[in-house]
Amino acid sequence: MMRFMLLFSRQGKLRLQKWYTATAERDKKKMVRELMQVVLARKPKMCSFLEWRDLKIVYKRYASLYFCCAVEEHDNELITLEVIHRFVELLDKYFGSVCELDIIFNFEKAYFILDEFLMGGEIQDTSKKSVLKAIEQADLLQEEDESPRSVLEEMGLA
Amino acid sequence: MALKIVKGSIDRMFDKNLQDLVRGIRNHKDDEAKYISTCIDEIKQELKQDNIAVKANAVCKLTYLQMLGYDVSWAAFNIVEVMSSSKFTYKRIGYLAASQCFHEGTDVIMLTTNQIRKDLSSPNQYDTGVALTGLSCFVTPDLARDLANDIMTLMSHTKPYIRKKAVLIMYKVFLKYPESLRPAFPRLKEKLEDPDPGVQSAAVNVICELARRNPKNYLSLAPLFFKLMTSSTNNWVLIKIIKLFGALTPLEPRLGKKLIEPLTNLIHSTSAMSLLYECVNTVIAVLISLSSGMPNHSASIQLCVQKLRILIEDSDQNLKYLGLLAMSKILKTHPKSVQSHKDLILQCLDDKDESIRLRALDLLYGMVSKKNLMEIVKKLMLHVDKAEGTTYRDELLTKIIDICSQSNFQYITNFEWYISILVELTRLEGTRHGHLIASQMLDVAIRVKAIRGFAVAQMATLLDNAHLLTGNTQRNGICEVLYAAAWICGEFSEHLEDPMQTLEAMLRPKVATLPGHIQAVYVQNAAKLFATVLRKHDGETESQAAQETSQLLIDRLPLFVQSANLEVQERASCILQLVKYIQKLQQKNVEVAEEVTALFAGELNPVAPKAQKKVPIPEGLDLDAWINEPPSESESEDEKPKAVFAKEEPKHSRSRHTEVDEKELARRREVRKQEQANNPFYIKASPSSQKVYDAPGVEHIPVVQIDLSVPLKVPGMPMSDQYLKLEVERRQKEKAERKKKEKKKKREKRGKERKADSGPESEEDITPAHQVDIVTEEMPENALPSDDDDKDPNDPHKALDIDLDKYVPYCRHLQFIHVLHIIKPTVYWFPFQKSSKHKKKKQKKEKEEKEKKKKKRHHHHHQHHSDAGGEDSVQNGTVEEEEPLPVSQSHSVSLKQEVKVYDIQGNHQDESKVVVSVIFENKSDSFLKSMEFNVLDSLNSKLQRPEGAGAHDSLTVPFQLPPGVSNEARFVFSVQSIIMPQKLKGTLTFIVKSDESSTHEKLDFKLHFTCTSYLITTPCYSDAYAKLLESGDLKGSSLRLEGINMPFHHLLARICFHHHFSVVERIDSCASMYSRSIQGHHVCLLVKTSDQTVSIDAKCDEPSLLGNVLDEIKQTFSKC
Repeated sequence: MMRFMLLFSRQGKLRLQKWYTATAERDKKKMVRELMQVVLARKPKMCSFLEWRDLKIVYKRYASLYFCCAVEEHDNELITLEVIHRFVELLDKYFGSVCELDIIFNFEKAYFILDEFLMGGEIQDTSKKSVLKAIEQADLLQEEDESPRSVLEEMGLA
Repeated sequence: MALKIVKGSIDRMFDKNLQDLVRGIRNHKDDEAKYISTCIDEIKQELKQDNIAVKANAVCKLTYLQMLGYDVSWAAFNIVEVMSSSKFTYKRIGYLAASQCFHEGTDVIMLTTNQIRKDLSSPNQYDTGVALTGLSCFVTPDLARDLANDIMTLMSHTKPYIRKKAVLIMYKVFLKYPESLRPAFPRLKEKLEDPDPGVQSAAVNVICELARRNPKNYLSLAPLFFKLMTSSTNNWVLIKIIKLFGALTPLEPRLGKKLIEPLTNLIHSTSAMSLLYECVNTVIAVLISLSSGMPNHSASIQLCVQKLRILIEDSDQNLKYLGLLAMSKILKTHPKSVQSHKDLILQCLDDKDESIRLRALDLLYGMVSKKNLMEIVKKLMLHVDKAEGTTYRDELLTKIIDICSQSNFQYITNFEWYISILVELTRLEGTRHGHLIASQMLDVAIRVKAIRGFAVAQMATLLDNAHLLTGNTQRNGICEVLYAAAWICGEFSEHLEDPMQTLEAMLRPKVATLPGHIQAVYVQNAAKLFATVLRKHDGETESQAAQETSQLLIDRLPLFVQSANLEVQERASCILQLVKYIQKLQQKNVEVAEEVTALFAGELNPVAPKAQKKVPIPEGLDLDAWINEPPSESESEDEKPKAVFAKEEPKHSRSRHTEVDEKELARRREVRKQEQANNPFYIKASPSSQKVYDAPGVEHIPVVQIDLSVPLKVPGMPMSDQYLKLEVERRQKEKAERKKKEKKKKREKRGKERKADSGPESEEDITPAHQVDIVTEEMPENALPSDDDDKDPNDPHKALDIDLDKYVPYCRHLQFIHVLHIIKPTVYWFPFQKSSKHKKKKQKKEKEEKEKKKKKRHHHHHQHHSDAGGEDSVQNGTVEEEEPLPVSQSHSVSLKQEVKVYDIQGNHQDESKVVVSVIFENKSDSFLKSMEFNVLDSLNSKLQRPEGAGAHDSLTVPFQLPPGVSNEARFVFSVQSIIMPQKLKGTLTFIVKSDESSTHEKLDFKLHFTCTSYLITTPCYSDAYAKLLESGDLKGSSLRLEGINMPFHHLLARICFHHHFSVVERIDSCASMYSRSIQGHHVCLLVKTSDQTVSIDAKCDEPSLLGNVLDEIKQTFSKC
């Protein structure tokens, strides 16, 4: 099971964090800080895995963003790498060649996509298509919510 | 009102949205904190408005700020507000915020229960989905308990989108509320064969996670998973299944044998590296579990090693890393197959990636043997010289020491070589591991008696050249070795060639710059050396040398008496006084050597780490009991002045110490020895005497890393490389000699060979260079047997260790579960034997009996795998003509076509209707179809039949069952009176279709409607609850349960879960609970606990319903 996933920039700014086990806020901050230091210090040619505390860290860099997952001892590192890649693909499909700014400005969307892909630290759907379909339909529902409301309606006058 | 709204929306146009906030933060890089604090103020204003859109926007911004590390816990209630919005847009934002910000300590979580329940049952699947996703992040034990039933229902939702989410979240629910596992498991298992691949893979994920923690409870699923493994093409699912098998095989070796073939096939065929890696890992795990008592699977191991070699040789660093990682697993059981790839692994030590180098080092640890240890360590020493960066070099150092010292120095044949390696390592600049080297030196010197002479000589040289180690600073970590060197020289000083010289080296003024704890050891051991010198010159009257030594000490020790370190000061002044006294005696020509030596007499023996723990407590000893009555309050006050007085003394105490003469010391020592000898709780180091060896807290010494540019060489030190050459020569020589000897006579067993010698056979040929005697660690007499207390009691998975195949009576989930598995034998084949048996079974409806049957069934299930041939003949109907069969065999035949109604779950509905879910499971090998379900209606309860159907007509079950498949159907019953429990008789008819024939069969069963099944979990607030009790409409009853030893919250959880109550209020060990029947009866409970007794006072407007519910509660607890 995945314990958490972090996205952060080369400058050490956190862009996304998802915790799949209840963790106190203070511990989260400490772990994020520590892990970022470790990962950012690694040289580009190094392998994507490292052992950290009792966890296995799998990370990969895409452009300026690091995608970093913590998985448990028994988990398969290569499939975790695959999960990261799949998530990037999903973001890419959704935003259309995604860049760091897309994730900064639409961070809630990025979360929605992640939530459709992974849940409770497990892969929810192995099909890219069905994940994207679910997101699209939920977005559609959101637009329906928003569109019929005219200004007057909102003011309670209609 | 309207105006307010208008104002609100105009305000809103000026509000910042998320994008503005992000942009703002980026534009205020210099004063980010200030900018954000103004933003938070704005957000607080926005949250005060009534407009939900404004609130949602504010919450969205807060979620962003939370990620940046700002505390937003104050807005938890606003988040709940946004979650409760009816609009999906806002609900989505609310749940996202909750999933990011809420944790178990968030108190508003308890307000969300009903909102979440509402969202879970929303007609819109995305509302449900969002609620499930959110819940998966912040589910608490309370939420899990209250919502378990709702989520369980969702597992059978019509939409796969909901099903897969519900299945996944069940894992989190199990963790928080383990009691839900048993009732939910049948449905979860069913989802393994869900038509939707997403749901299927979700179920595989959950069961794999569960099974990984408690594999033994999931062994019965192995055939099902085996089927999935051979049929699935989804790599994600395959990996999980294969991982699961890895966890199961240690418990069931037969499974392992079966797995090897499909796994090796996959290894050969797959192109996906992740799958290949998983297969290799599992094959390794399987082979490890098989390795005992099985013919070797050398082909499979070879295949794995081969594939791993390819991974390691790959240019992809990731594969290289994993290859080495997996290799280290093989190493544990099949070291030989890995050792042949030593070249490759040594090559990895040169890799540019440090993590790969470290992996390779790990591997080397396991690859050493007596043969190659020296060679491997030599290579590592080369790397130590080359290594850049202190961290990697330190890692190398620890690895070298680990490799050499592993399993009690098993692989070391020449301890002189090892001591020289340690001495060479002291030349390492700026290492943090000085104490590690020191402890190795001490360990070897103490435990390998034969090496002491050599070790002492080396240590004396080290001491002599101490200035080279310490360099220009005393805070260098490596100076720790001087601690060991000084101690070894002192303790084993009888081996010293020139103790006088060493003594001189230990008392140089420069020593005063060393850390305090090392100085203390220097001083103490100087005294030991002094004793040795005296002993050497014993008998010589007016020995010049002895007196010179005394003078040397008297000259040099004052330097240490001035030390700021208390320990050094105290020891130095004590010894100084002693020496002065001795000098007086010497001048009077009194023989003192013997008495001084007696101060340090005795052998030091190592004690096993767990020795203290293993001392058995003698019978009748209560460690918690007071030996004397505790002093009363007033007494302790009286003593206070004394304590104050005593505190003024410390100065005297020191001078007093120095005045104690050696005789007194010896006397005290003797007394203490006596005391200890008579004390049964004192661990005796050896029968002769004991010496206290106190190690100061070495790890607490501040260590500064220093990079010296010039490598330090210690002159006169032997090089470890020489030993390598010598060793090779020695071994050759030995071989030749042995050949000669063998001709003459059979080799005698060397009595003094070390105990730990258990290396591979070929290594037995290598004899140690010295007659090495490793002192084994001491254990107390009649030590307790080894205890496995290393398990973490807080592991949440421990609670999930539930045997799912065992029928446990208290498992009643939802309204009720009734397990029916009536065995339907093939009556017409064995008319006599069968029918009688059949009847008996029907009569015995007790659960125990069922359990037995179930076990039997499992048993036969296994058989059925093995003797498939016999069964075919049965199917062809030829058995009829055979001789009467032995009972056991006929039994297995009859069970073949068993149909099991697995369980029946009630589900609540409004007013007077109850929904019963029945799982039909076909355990036979035949196809079942045309199933018809019928129940004999009672006056009170009736099966709802479609309009136009007669009162006794059967309902068609809307599916057919292929062999081994289960499915669920639901039936609605109408119930008039709910105050009494009821049993309904029913029949299931179906057609068994085998290859050649089809027969009509029938199953009888009983449905048990408990009163609990009519209760619906309904939340109630404490004020409403109080009013209800005050109204006086309710009649009371009570119940006492004895011998309940479970935590109170478990007790409550059990009542909530099994009997559909909700907790209204809980104060300490007292709680009020509430539930409502489908016909609106209020049921109130007041549960109190003290010791092991639980008393339940209950009130209800229907006394007989209450009586029955209490009976059922009693039953639940009596069965636990």
